[in-house]
This record gives sequence, structure tokens and C-alpha cells, in this order.
Amino acid sequence: MARNGLPTATTRTTGSAGGGVGESVPRPDGRLKVTGEFAYSSDLWHEDMLWGRTLRSPVAHAEILALDTTRALAVPGVHAVLTHEDLPTAVRHYGLEIPDTPVLARDRVRHHGEPLALVAADHPETARRAADLIEIVHRELPLVTDESSALAPDAPLLHPGRTDPHAAHVPHPNVVHRQPVRRGDVAAARRRADVIVRGEYVFGMQDQAFLGPESGLAVPAEDGGVDLHVATQWLHADRRQIAPVLGLPEELVRMTLAGVGGAFGGREDLSMQIHASLLALRTGRPVKMVYDRAESFFGHVHRHPARLRYEHGATREGRLTHVSARIVLDGGAYASSSPAVVGNAASLAVGPYVVDHVDVEALALYTNNPPCGAMRGFGAVQACFAYEAQMDRLAAELGLHPVELRRRNAMSEGSTLPTGQRVDSPAPVAELLRRVRERPLPPARQWETSEGVDVRQLPGGPSNSTHGEGVVRGVGYAVGFKNVGYSEGFDDHSTARVRLEATGGEPVATVHTAMAEVGQGGVTVHTQIARTELGVSRVILAPADTRVGSAGSTSASRQTYVTGGAVRNACALVRERVLELGRRRFGAAEPAWLSEELLLADGKVVTAGGEVLAGLGDVLGGEAVEVERAWRHRPTEPFDPHTGQGNGHVQYAFAAHRAVVEVDTELGLVKVVELACAQDVGKAVNPLSVTGQVQGGTAQGLGIAVMEEIVVDPATARVRNPSFTDYLIPTLLDTPPIPVDLLELADPHAPYGLRGAGEAPTLSSTPAIVAAIRDATGLALRRVPVRPEHIAPG
Amino acid sequence: MEFLRPADWEEALAAKAAHPGAVPLAGGTDVMVELNLGLRRPERLLDLSRVRELHEWETAAGSVRLGASVPYATIMERLGHLLPGLALASRTVASPQIRNRAGVGGNLGTASPAGDAHPALLAAGAEVEAASVRGTRRIPVEAFYTGVKRNALAPDELIRAVHLPVADGPQQYAKVGTRNAMVIAVCAFGLALHPATRTVRTGIGSAAPTPVRADAAEEFLAGVLEEGRHWDTGRPLASSAAAEFAALCAAACDPIDDVRSTARYRRHAVGVLARRTLAWAWEAHRARPDAFEGAV
Repeated sequence: MARNGLPTATTRTTGSAGGGVGESVPRPDGRLKVTGEFAYSSDLWHEDMLWGRTLRSPVAHAEILALDTTRALAVPGVHAVLTHEDLPTAVRHYGLEIPDTPVLARDRVRHHGEPLALVAADHPETARRAADLIEIVHRELPLVTDESSALAPDAPLLHPGRTDPHAAHVPHPNVVHRQPVRRGDVAAARRRADVIVRGEYVFGMQDQAFLGPESGLAVPAEDGGVDLHVATQWLHADRRQIAPVLGLPEELVRMTLAGVGGAFGGREDLSMQIHASLLALRTGRPVKMVYDRAESFFGHVHRHPARLRYEHGATREGRLTHVSARIVLDGGAYASSSPAVVGNAASLAVGPYVVDHVDVEALALYTNNPPCGAMRGFGAVQACFAYEAQMDRLAAELGLHPVELRRRNAMSEGSTLPTGQRVDSPAPVAELLRRVRERPLPPARQWETSEGVDVRQLPGGPSNSTHGEGVVRGVGYAVGFKNVGYSEGFDDHSTARVRLEATGGEPVATVHTAMAEVGQGGVTVHTQIARTELGVSRVILAPADTRVGSAGSTSASRQTYVTGGAVRNACALVRERVLELGRRRFGAAEPAWLSEELLLADGKVVTAGGEVLAGLGDVLGGEAVEVERAWRHRPTEPFDPHTGQGNGHVQYAFAAHRAVVEVDTELGLVKVVELACAQDVGKAVNPLSVTGQVQGGTAQGLGIAVMEEIVVDPATARVRNPSFTDYLIPTLLDTPPIPVDLLELADPHAPYGLRGAGEAPTLSSTPAIVAAIRDATGLALRRVPVRPEHIAPG
Repeated sequence: MEFLRPADWEEALAAKAAHPGAVPLAGGTDVMVELNLGLRRPERLLDLSRVRELHEWETAAGSVRLGASVPYATIMERLGHLLPGLALASRTVASPQIRNRAGVGGNLGTASPAGDAHPALLAAGAEVEAASVRGTRRIPVEAFYTGVKRNALAPDELIRAVHLPVADGPQQYAKVGTRNAMVIAVCAFGLALHPATRTVRTGIGSAAPTPVRADAAEEFLAGVLEEGRHWDTGRPLASSAAAEFAALCAAACDPIDDVRSTARYRRHAVGVLARRTLAWAWEAHRARPDAFEGAV
């Protein structure tokens, strides 16, 4: 973690106990996960439980004329079959931002795989067979599959009679939300440009592809409520949507986080939560639901596929004159988080560059394609692929090295974004690029060994498709930036309850939040913060549940920042109360209690000068000090609906990549040899953990670059590859060494100066790889994923 | 669902005769996936894992009799010197865990054009040993594939083993997939030089309704090798001959567009693999330590 003379965080910590902020504390669940012993939500079990099953629509768009459940109900072992008719209240829709998603379809299905009916049975196989016996009488409707069919004059409306907040300003009812960003005078700037490049780019539909399928257990309670154990990203947002559908007050829907097998945005929307609860309340029995892999592809939203049209202009000196962009995102059948994705795509559309003249329009469509919503990078990913391709083309036109063009236009602290927001913390865009560029390149022809060709180092790997024939190396660069936390005026808070007490004379802190641990590492970070703030070594993390206030979502790279901030804040309040307790108890006898600045360290109260006043156990005695408090980052503003101006974002994360690839130019196969990343994390609260996050995000960006895509048949809007046989994610042989260079330039507005870290690397790894493939092949490659037939069509 | 568990081969054949609809289950690579996806609901499964003979192999008279359940991991690790083409194909099968369970019998039973073993079996000149209570027969592998996921087995027959001649010359195998491991073939190609008979055999996977040989390419190359006295001299092949061989292999394909690739790409890629594998195999043939002393 070289600091290179740049400013760094000056963290004031009071504790010195081991395992605090800045240390690579190992994950408590790490060993369990790699040995297969970790209990995931799919491992939940209850005496006497039933198994739930969902019947899903086989077609993408149809009028439902009838659902005949007679034969399903007659199957021995079936305890309940529910359709839309059986929903207990008038609240029959849910949604993260707009409640437009039916709990169970009533008279119309809008996408392939939409839930139609539920079955509870005493065996999963019985439930599946019974679901297959439900007769669906339907009449297919014309499909809306792209921008032209969505906006045609006679286009079927996905949601007629919209009343949501965006309905009034969209140009067409099949547009979920549209956000322009306008600044300066693009027409005038275009006249000053010496070079203009225009391009249209296509981004395929990526899936989160988490390994733990949607699953959970709903247990009916004697008080008429339900106890729901589920893998999710935000317990309280789930509960807010679940309770009204069940007709229960929120306090009767008690949620506990079950073991989460990855999320990446795919668990923000509800999946089986309401369904399992409905079946449990109907049957009076615990109900478990576990999606299989195929159903999982229909059980969550995907990353928006996008078409992006860009124009970049620059002077001969390589200064950007203007950028205009039109970004069309396919939101699929329901809104999910499309409006916020649009806001990100629009406000981050030009990338981490200074551009004074900007005309951007981003919108999301309603179509009959699978619903799309949150996924790691959230609208910034698609834009980054396009603007970085444009920057490379501009550099080529100007005869500049791609890094040099970026350096000349890089934003920095004090820059103004196209939204008018001033960047008020370090923005080391040029420095990150410099770092990845200066790394030595991996040696050429690494596949040649003293024992002959090592095919694992070549495109195709053990498939043995080349021994070096046709193989050309390419190098590519990209940089991106991503907002951290919820934007556009959202009240983005978290809550922490911290308790300090003495057990056997030793101080023990308990941290209780509703934070969903989805792999991001909050389980170490929160204990580290408590150790640092309270100067104790023993910290217990209570299970995440709804008995404590909302932690907000494990999304938007925000949990270390926001729930970390809440834990730190609660710890500070606990510390004050403990010191107050000490002053009351000992102040009269020991004047230092009243006159000195006091700290907690190594389980003791000490003066700033290091004098030990008392052990925490003695100060606490039999008392426990407990504080629960909500915490907020600084507020943001909505974007102006016409100009996109506004201080919409809290913080930015920056990452840059250099990709080195070997391309088999005859077969179109790619081996990524190295993916070096430099990222500013503000403060590495847990260096080991954040390095893992950077590598994971980088690998997910590699996936969409060269293989990952949900293929939707344009003729039927049906998903063609809902399996890990045909939806490919990178294996170990596809994932190269990922050297990570962490910068720690403190953001003065954030706890410990930290920056959210999980998403930024997902942005730049994709365009860096595609740039490297372009470098090797000379092809334009305007679409991801790049498939072999795009490089070598034959 | 009834789960039949014969203890030995005789019991297995009797069970298959009594229940011709029973689905044989060995490694489970295909069957378990189909069951889990609900694509298949057989009344009976015939579990062959206890039939010891299926896990054994023996070598006699220049031929390997490879039990249908000998796992790919074993083929890779222990039979590479006898069956180099099949060993190369085995390396490309799925994951290490699956290679520990899966065998050639499953590939043949499923008879998917994408089965990884097929091009190597075709190139080697394998024969399938099919058995029933009625007796045993050997089916040349090219006659075994009768259509998309259909094979020549009678309803009461099981695959006992595959017979492959011990390699008498270099063999190669190459596959294209859109991932560097654990991937279903977009297309695959197997090649075997048979200096003993002065013939060349090929196998193409995933580029036609069944695995196929490129007959015209084989004949063309055999002719070129004969006319140019290449077998006697070890002389390098003209690049024009290699290109024509590749073109004939591509022409032997009858591929489709699907979610994994395009017909056009498959035909092209088979040609590239044919040219490359031929170059590797012929180089290896020329480099044999005992070969062509005093020749050009």
C-alpha cells in the first residue's frame, strides 16, 4: 500500500486491541464455506415442514383465461394450491420503487417465468408434480421486445394506467423512467472539435449467477404472524413489501437473515418471501422453498441489457470538447430498480472525465423480456463499456496512447461533473491509470515451458485447440467510477445497536444490526470497528434480524460506509456513557476522570497520556451499556428531471484496470493473462477482505466481457439458456492473476475516510478486456460478451 | 420410481431384459441432470455402479477392452500411452469431480453429438460391445450413432465395454468451447494416424446431428500420403494438402445455429482444428525416434 506522497487518512482511533480497523481479520465463515459446512438458506429445516413450489408462465406475454387447480389439489400429499384468487388482501403487488409486480399473476403474464400459482406439499417432488398438473388456459398477446416495438404507436402497454412518480414525465407509457443530463452547449462545442467519433454499443444481459439459489423458510407463529428466515440483501425492505400483502402489521413479520450464497443485486427484489409466507399462513405449517438452478434464472432480476449511442469530440491536443449519449436500458416486464439504474447511467454516462458540454439521455423500457434491476455496478457498468471504447477510438484518431488521452481529461478533486456536482474528495483517476500502466507486463509466450506447451496458459486451455498457432497478445486499459450509497435524495440510513457489558470481569461488546452479510465482509468489519472504538478484544456479532432498526441494503457498495458508520457512531455513544459511568463512580476519588481526555484501550480506561484509570470490567460492574441509533451519511438531492443537475451522489469509487490477453485469432478464443487493478478504497478497513472484493468484481467484469449472457429469443421473449451448462461464468482457468494495488486517499466525509469498494472494479475490467481483444485483433467489437464467432466468424 | 441395483453383470442383463424401459445409471452425468430438471421421469433406474466388470479394462492382442464405467480420470492418468486420443478427450470432460465418476459408456448411451469422447472413438476405430441376455455383439462406433441422441442399442441391451486398438501412431484431439474449462463442445475434432495400415481416421463432434467421420478428408489425405511416399520418408506435408484436408473436414460438417454458436463458426472451427491437429500429429510421427533413418 504505497502512498506515494499523496495524502492519506488520519484515523483517530482510541483502541489498540488486536483485530481492529486496518487489519486483515479473517472471515469467521470462511473455513465453513470452503469446507461445505456453512448453513445456507437452502439448508434450513423445520420439523413438520412442507415444501413450496411455484408454477411459472411458460410464455412471455399472454392473457390468462383460467387456472384450473383441480388435478393439483387431488394429488395425495398436497396441502394447498394458491392462485391470485387466494390472496388475503387487496394489496396484491409489490416492488422496490414502484409496486407494479403481481404477487401472483391475475389475468395477464408479462414475462417468461412469471409466477402464476403456488403449491405446498409434504415432499418437494410432490409439490413439483402437482404444480405441473395445474392447467393454464391462456391466449398469447403480441410481444414488446425492444425499443421499436415498445414505442410503436400501436404498442401494447405493459402497464396501462400508470400512477407511479415517473408516469407524468416519460415520453411513452412503456418508458419506466427517462433522465436527461444537459450542461453547456454541445452544438457549439461540436464546432470546436477537431476529431469526432461516434459509435453504437450493445451490452448483453448479465446474470448475478450467485451460487446459492433463492430459498428460505416461513414458520407460522401462534400470534398470527410469521417468522421468515431468508437469504436477502435488505430485511426491512423485504418486510415493508411482504406485510401488506399478508395483511399483517410489520411487527408480526419477523425476519432473520439465513445464510446467503452470494447476491450481487439479485436479492434486492423479493423472490419466494411472500409466497412461502402465504403458504405457511394458509396451511399452518412451516413451509420451505428452494429454487433449483433453472428456476433461479427466473427468480431474480438481471443486469439491464443496453444499447448505447455515443458521440465524443476532442481538440487536436486531446481535450474533450463534448459528449453526447443516448442510453436505452431494457427494464423488462416490471420496474424493479430501473428508475435508479437510469439515474446512475445518466449521471455517470461520460465517465471520470472533465467534460463541460454534455447532452445525455438515459431511459429504461418496459418490455416482455425478463425483468432487470440491480446488479453490481448498477447502470454505471453499461455506460463504462461504451465511454471507454469511445476514449480508445478517440486516442487512436489523435495518435495518443489510450492512457495519455485519459490522463489529459481525467477528473480530479475539485472537478465539476455533468450534473453540476463538485467532486469534494480525492479523485485519483490519472494516478490509478499510471499505476496499472507502469506495472511490468507478464512475460510473452508463457505457455512455452521446458516440458513443451502448457495448454492451460493458452486460449482454449485443456481443450487443446492451439499450441500457439494464431495467438496474438493484446493489452487494454480502462477506468471507471461508481457512486457509493443510495443517491438522488434517498434517506439512506443504517442502524446499529451496540452493547457493552462485563462477563467474568472482562468487557464484551455485542454489535447488532440488520445488515445482510452476502459475502462482502461486514461480519469482520463491524467487529473491527467495535474493537477499535471500544478498545475491547471480545466482540460478538448478533444475528441480523428485524428486532433492530433497518441497516439499509447490502448494495451500492454502501455497507462498510453506512452500517460501518452506524456501528462506529453507536460505539462512540456507548463510550461516552461508559466514561460517564466511570466519572460518576470514580470521579470523586480520582480527579483525572474529570480533568483528562479519556480513551478506551486494551479493555481499560486510559488518559490521553497513557495512564490507566480503571479496567472496563470495574467501570461497568454489573451494568450493561446499550445504545441503538440510526446514522445517516450526508444528504443528496434529486436530479432535475429536465437538466439532470443536482448534487445527487454521496461519494465515488474509482478503479482502473489493465488487461493482458492472448487471443486465438483464428478460433476467436480468448485467454485473459492478467487483469491488474488499481483502486482507491479511501481506507482499507480489512485489506485482505477488500482485496477479495476487488478481485471478485474484476472477475465478474471478465464474465460479461467474454462469456456471460442470458440469451432471450427475440421471437418469443423466452430465455434460452437458464442453466449453468449454457450460462457460462468464469472458472479458475478463465480467471487470471489479479494483482491489486490499493490506494488509501481518505474521503474526509466518510467514516475512517473509507470508500465503498465492491462495485467499481466490475466497471473497468470489462472494457479493459475488450480493449485488449481489439488491440490483438484490430476488430471494432462493439458488443459484449465478445463471442468466438465475433472474432472469427468463419 | 423403482431403483434397480444389480450386483453383477448377469443380474444387470437380466434386469434390463425384464425391464427394457429401465434407464441405465452409471456416472449420472446426463441422467441426474435430466432427473433434476424434470425432463425425464423413468419408471425405473438401473444402477450399474455395483457391476465391477464395468470399471475394469484389459489389454489383449493390440486392443484395449475398456469397461463402460472406467472413469475419464483413469483414462487420462493410466491409459494415455495406449489411447492418447481418448486421453486428450478425457481431459476436456467437465470438472475433476465428474471425471472421477463419468465413463465412455455414458457418452455412448446418451449419444449426444456433443459427447466429448466420440471424435476420439471414431478416430481410433473403436467398437462398442453391446450385451443382452441374448448374447454379445460388437458394433463399429460409426454405426452406433443413429441420430440425435439415438444409438444402435436394442431395448434389452447394455454397453459392456468399448474396444479400441492400441494406438499405432500419433493421435490428436481438440475441442472448442466458449470457456477454458468445464464447457460443452461448440465443436470437437479427433485425428488418428494409423501407420500400420497407412490410413488416417477422423472424428467430428457437435457439428452434425451425430458424431461423424470426415470420409472424403480421410481418403484425400491417405492418397496424398501414399502418392508423396510420406509414410516411407516422413517428408513434411505441403500446406496446400493440409488446407485441402481442413476444407474437406469442414465440408463433412452439417452443423446448426444454436444458443452455443453458429453453424458457420462450427464449420470454420472444425477446419482450423483439422489443420492444426494434422500438423501436430504429422510432426509427432516424423519425430518418432526410430523413424525414417536415412530418409529425406
